[in-house]
Amino acid sequence: MEKKTKIKVRDLHLYYGENHALKGVNMDIKDNSVTAFIGPSGCGKSTFLKTLNRMNDLVDNVRIEGNVYLDGEDIYDENVDTTVLRKKIGMVFQQPNPFPMSIYDNIAYGPRVHGIKDKEKLDQIVEESLRGAAIFDEVKDRLKKSALGLSGGQQQRICIARALAVQPEVLLMDEPTSALDPISTAKVEELMEDLKKKYTVVVVTHNMQQAVRVSDDTAFFLVGEMVEFGDTKTVFSYPKDKRTEDYITGRFG
Amino acid sequence: MRTKFDEQLNQLNQELMHMGTMIEEQIQKAVVAFMKQDTELARIIMDNDTDVDREEKKIENICFNLLMQQQPVARDLRTISAAMKMVTDMERIGDHAADISEMTILIADNTYVKQLDHIQKMASETVQMLMKSIQAYVDKDMEAAKAIIKNDDVIDELFLEVKKDLIAMIHANADCGEQATDLLMVAKYFERIGDHATNIAEWVIFALDDKNREG
Repeated sequence: MEKKTKIKVRDLHLYYGENHALKGVNMDIKDNSVTAFIGPSGCGKSTFLKTLNRMNDLVDNVRIEGNVYLDGEDIYDENVDTTVLRKKIGMVFQQPNPFPMSIYDNIAYGPRVHGIKDKEKLDQIVEESLRGAAIFDEVKDRLKKSALGLSGGQQQRICIARALAVQPEVLLMDEPTSALDPISTAKVEELMEDLKKKYTVVVVTHNMQQAVRVSDDTAFFLVGEMVEFGDTKTVFSYPKDKRTEDYITGRFG
Repeated sequence: MRTKFDEQLNQLNQELMHMGTMIEEQIQKAVVAFMKQDTELARIIMDNDTDVDREEKKIENICFNLLMQQQPVARDLRTISAAMKMVTDMERIGDHAADISEMTILIADNTYVKQLDHIQKMASETVQMLMKSIQAYVDKDMEAAKAIIKNDDVIDELFLEVKKDLIAMIHANADCGEQATDLLMVAKYFERIGDHATNIAEWVIFALDDKNREG
């Protein structure tokens, strides 16, 4: 069955001052799938990821043209409340960045901001989110302890749980495993398989084999241009563009 | 950027060409031994088959290491997968050279009842085909590989001719039955070699194919 399009990007340009950082990107990101962005450093993949929940709004001197639609609604429309938008489109970063508070409070933070006060309800959200991030069993006996006492891999899954706690529809991950050891990486990769059943997952990765393992679709970026976008198996076995081939086979980059 | 990887791929290429030369020689000698009923040469061919097997293992090892160390994708992945499949076909061709030599020894006590025109033609066609398929690999020549695949029909038709000849031979003299069946087996080995050469050409196409490539 053809999956429906969750995010539709049309002719998106982004400028940092004079620097033309994204050059007319068009992309349909499918619901319930993992989409990977690959490309050399500075190619625009992380910048593009951040345009999907308007994180670039926070950067000075940025100008954006074009459209990004979430379920058909333009997220750059002036009436869009970015807080609501970022609740729908959560984000996980390269360095695990739990808040300096207990595991429980880390997860409950978002729901509390969005007005949930009921203890029982919060307990339920915390447990579900931790289960969703495949870390509940590891931390269930120390929910009141600081999240900073956990290992890097556990901290990253806490951050994923924190993102899940506000019931997002899309999860953006910016190199989520590049600071993790191979075992933690494997856990997060397995988690992505699970997450896509409920969410749309978009991941920026420098690890090509990770893109092959976890993603359904792959986009290759080069100096602000989206060179190739297609199903991952095709991109990594029969790339259409010679630049993609040269990059993924390590001939440059 | 990827000097070591390119060196390893180059080594793989060299070894495949080396194995190609080995089996070409084996087949050519097997044809000579068969036509001249030279049992000494036939024995040498059978002994040399272990060298072919050893080369197959060597190439498999190179491929295995490449997969493990380089985690290849795209053209590299196709090249290495194709190499792993190609050596299996090449090794089988080597086996058939030994099989033909075994039949040569078996028939050696009796002179051939009739002229072996069709089998000889078959032999030279398959040798040609094998040489071309290995050359197509060396030259990375997609068109040559496609031409080889088309040519396989010629060998299949020759096999049917040989079969007809041998049936006629048995009809003419029932005492020739044993030799006729032995010769039919030899012809079948050549036909199989043709199939394996076709496979090699198909792997060449697989490795080179940029079917989706734009521009």
